[in-house]
Amino acid sequence: MALQNLGEGRSRPSFSRYFGMSRSAMASPATFMALMAPGVAIVAAFFLIPLVLVAMEVANGPDGWATYLVILTNARYFESLVQTLLMSAGVTVVALILCGIVGMFLVRNRFSGRSVLIGLLTLPLSFPGTVVGFMVIMLAGRQGAVGSISNALIGEKIVFAYEIAGLFIGYLYFSIPRVILAVMASAEKLDPQLEEAARSLGAPRWRVVRDVILPGLMPGLISSGAICFATAMGAFGTAFTLATDIDVLPMVIYTEFTRNANIAVAAALSIALGLITWLCLSAVRFLVGEKADLATRGGA
Amino acid sequence: MRRGGPFYAQLGLTVLLCLFIVVPIVMSALAGVTVNVFKGLSSGLTLRWIFEVWDLYAQSILLSLWLAVACLVVTTLAGVPLAYVLVRRPNRLTRMFEEILTLPVAIPGLALALALLITYGGFGSFRSSWVFILIGHVLFTMPFMVRSVAAVMSAMDMKTLEEGAASLGAGFWHRFLHVIVPNATPGILAGALMVVTLSIGEFNLTWMLHTPLTKTLPVGLADSYASMRLEIGSAYTLIFFVLIMPLLIAMQMLANPGKKRRAASQPAEDE
Repeated sequence: MALQNLGEGRSRPSFSRYFGMSRSAMASPATFMALMAPGVAIVAAFFLIPLVLVAMEVANGPDGWATYLVILTNARYFESLVQTLLMSAGVTVVALILCGIVGMFLVRNRFSGRSVLIGLLTLPLSFPGTVVGFMVIMLAGRQGAVGSISNALIGEKIVFAYEIAGLFIGYLYFSIPRVILAVMASAEKLDPQLEEAARSLGAPRWRVVRDVILPGLMPGLISSGAICFATAMGAFGTAFTLATDIDVLPMVIYTEFTRNANIAVAAALSIALGLITWLCLSAVRFLVGEKADLATRGGA
Repeated sequence: MRRGGPFYAQLGLTVLLCLFIVVPIVMSALAGVTVNVFKGLSSGLTLRWIFEVWDLYAQSILLSLWLAVACLVVTTLAGVPLAYVLVRRPNRLTRMFEEILTLPVAIPGLALALALLITYGGFGSFRSSWVFILIGHVLFTMPFMVRSVAAVMSAMDMKTLEEGAASLGAGFWHRFLHVIVPNATPGILAGALMVVTLSIGEFNLTWMLHTPLTKTLPVGLADSYASMRLEIGSAYTLIFFVLIMPLLIAMQMLANPGKKRRAASQPAEDE
């Protein structure tokens, strides 16, 4: 910092000193503080303090501080945790495979209608979870597309919106735009000549994919996978709208807080959930070397 | 490039994925203007449901628009100076603050709402005012504004600009308002679109923070899905789409030229 100031001092045109204008181009520390003040105040008052109070609220629970462990000790909560983890992991894997293929394809090929396809695929990025739930009802509900088609074909309405399959479809729906954007961003950085070289050396297609494309895409896949997983773990609106009997963790937290007024347990579960998503996103930095790009996280 | 079987197989998968995204959107849009969904399109088209939604939910739609504007004002006023400090003074303290600032995006909205409720739920008039929801939205959208502005600021040669202005006698605030901010406009614009879109669509936080008198558009949507006939839910969704589509299209148009100019340096601008 000192060196930087020195450099600035030197580069200042001499006439400004001559005319008595010795203002530095760098604002004073007091100015920097003034600039940060509104943002810091908002974060402190409405995020940091509430965070501390939630952490303390847990102690008011049935088991005191041990309430923190309720997610592991209570069979119902633990089961919900496992279900949510499995669900999120499953959606992440499927989304990565589908979007890996499609994203790579969209980056490597130019054809008419390509930008329309990209536009459509990223459309649901800022749909709220409830709307995603409604989209699942449109697809697989009682009046849904799948039901109508199956009715016409085999004379039977297939309805799965309110089962675990429907929830899975919903999670996939809001994951696709996020993952596709991230995959395309990292696919654009890949050098197509590497693939050409591998191919010209006689590598079969699957080896080009395994040894050239996949390693190159890996950082992008890890980072978008983490975002996808974290978003799925915290997704509430979709499950809320579909009202399935699968208790994903956010639904359990909601029920404990509003219906059972079990505030301490809800707080403990929220902290556990927040820790999982935060750890998952932070792990990206250690695995990939750069931060997960939360900008693609969007709503849901 | 030769277009063999693999090309068409991949194209097929892409189109299939697109259909998966688009078919329900089109279906719900159509259902919103159909006389009777159970009989299908043959029952005729009508705007009746749209008007009914307006009668039922105008309040919540307007509240959402108002919240989005208020959220934009707060995130711009607080976020642009923050971005400036983060870019101009990258030290351990500001980096730590940046981490904390992005935390509300990293943790589930439900958890954030719970924290706000436990802390401020007791302040009756505050709890039941729209400002309570605004605070949630600001926490959630601020990182997007700061990131977007900081990306543009670190791409421009701020030092030279500031020195030039300073050598001409411009004081800090003058430089900030007349040199820095105008140069950061693309970032502010991209951030603003993101903030408004996210605020209009925010549900996870808002559902916890709302009261019967402070229902937002997505809260009303959840309400209509649960308790109204399918046509009304669909018509309401259609209104939401019509509100949000121009924002999404503007965002994509804004992101694309930027991608060509600064592709390698910031993949962050893709949102």
